[in-house]
Amino acid sequence: MKILVGIKRVVDYNVRVRVKPDGSGVALEGVKMSINPFDEIALEEALRIRERNQATEVLAVAVGPEDVQTQLRSALAMGADRAILVKCDQPIEPQGVARALLAIIRQENIGLAILGKQAIDDDAGQTGQMLAAMWERPQVTFASKLELQGDTAQVTREVDSGLETLSIDLPAVITTDLRLNEPRYIKLPDIMKAKKKPLTVTDLAALGVNAAPQFRVVKTEPPVPRARGIMVKDVPELVAELRKRGVVS
Amino acid sequence: MSRVLIIADHDGTQLGSGTSRCVTAAAKLGAAELHVAVFAAAGGAIAKQAAELAGVSKVLVVERAENAHLLAAVLAPQVVKLAAGYDYVLGPANTFGKDLLPRVAALLGVGQVSDLMSVESPHRFRRPTYAGNAIVTIDTPPDVKLVATIRTASFAAAGSGGSAPIEAVTTDALLPTHTRFVSINAAKTDRPELQSASRVVSGGRALANSENFQLIYTLAARLGAAVGASRAAVDAGYVPSDMQVGQTGKIIAPELYVAIGISGAIQHLTGIKDARTIVAINKDAEAPIFEVADVGLVGDLFKIVPELTALLGKAND
Repeated sequence: MKILVGIKRVVDYNVRVRVKPDGSGVALEGVKMSINPFDEIALEEALRIRERNQATEVLAVAVGPEDVQTQLRSALAMGADRAILVKCDQPIEPQGVARALLAIIRQENIGLAILGKQAIDDDAGQTGQMLAAMWERPQVTFASKLELQGDTAQVTREVDSGLETLSIDLPAVITTDLRLNEPRYIKLPDIMKAKKKPLTVTDLAALGVNAAPQFRVVKTEPPVPRARGIMVKDVPELVAELRKRGVVS
Repeated sequence: MSRVLIIADHDGTQLGSGTSRCVTAAAKLGAAELHVAVFAAAGGAIAKQAAELAGVSKVLVVERAENAHLLAAVLAPQVVKLAAGYDYVLGPANTFGKDLLPRVAALLGVGQVSDLMSVESPHRFRRPTYAGNAIVTIDTPPDVKLVATIRTASFAAAGSGGSAPIEAVTTDALLPTHTRFVSINAAKTDRPELQSASRVVSGGRALANSENFQLIYTLAARLGAAVGASRAAVDAGYVPSDMQVGQTGKIIAPELYVAIGISGAIQHLTGIKDARTIVAINKDAEAPIFEVADVGLVGDLFKIVPELTALLGKAND
């Protein structure tokens, strides 16, 4: 079985993003970019499945501009066998990404797709579910435990009320939550090895995918900051302040 | 005038608080017809609760054995059948709506607006990106059905006192059998539900272990509050993951939020910034949590929390 892992290039988790003064977006010049953290978890899970001999190949796929090759090389260094970049220089919505991934899935005869539950830039959280719908296959979002059993899988997901376990037939789409695993660190020799691994580049047109955006972003603004609060010196003062504000009796 | 369909969240007996927030958001769309769809094995009691929400014009109940558990793959084809004739299909941006609505959108061949936080006009909306650090305004095409999840913390709960008619509906949607419910491991608690509680007390990594979290539970009990936690506390195993508040956990908007031993990582602040009053207790005066706190107290939580619990108790006893 081949596993597809979705990789997105995003502003690094530790960067405090700044909105451009003209409202045209967030400032990306000179900002550190990384693999979306949830996608790293997806890749780690795929690698563990392959290491248990339950998969033959792990394919890392990204949709985006040429620069995304850097993140795909990181995915190869982590242990992916092969990478595909679907070139797209325009802004693309999750629906378009799902269409592109589905085209690759059909070309490559993929048995399991593992994606992050959301990207930490647009926070949309849609691609996996849309892919599963178009593929007409099961989806398990927010996965925190994944066990493959032949042609089925038992997956536990983090829902608001606790942990839900589903049984699904493969092929399927899984989206990862934080506690599915802890991704491995990349070692220097792996970076060298990754340079020799195959990374092919295709584009949306070659895949026959229409990914024209449906929505128009009018402007981007920083959030309205909360009014500066006060500091109290001890517990009695804290309780007095809360009573004054009427939030406790 | 537009027609809005809201997909109800529920646990089999109780309507979820998300649905009520969606009703408030839908009212801002200038909906002429505002319908709530309840998918369940037996949905009568839930439908009755939905019918009482002010502003709802009709409740549709789709009862099928397959709807006993709200599986996205099973619900989505039914929602699609029901969605014909509506301009908007909405659901709460909780784990139920986030799972289901993108699947519905893709089957309809349309995009989705996630975490819709304000309605500027019937086709112009605002939503948070980058963990709430960049708010985007987007225009959606007026001639395309809009699928959206509603950021529940951004909208008040709808009032009660409605009496919408309830209609049983059947769909001829073909349902897949490839996805099967196995079990739900829901934490049993007498405390209020975190997502909708008016008061929340949260603990962070500074609690140092799960036993010490008893301090948080005791204070919460005194306040009648729900209990939350930072990602760090969840990752460290002090509390289960359903207590996590933040960008990738629950986004909440209580009247009172008390953050104890939480430094205030941006991912956590995203989840609480709509709280009316934020109280922070932390030993580090430089902790970012104080930047958003309305009332801050620097000190040792192991001394402060018991004292606070005792002092709050005096008035209530």
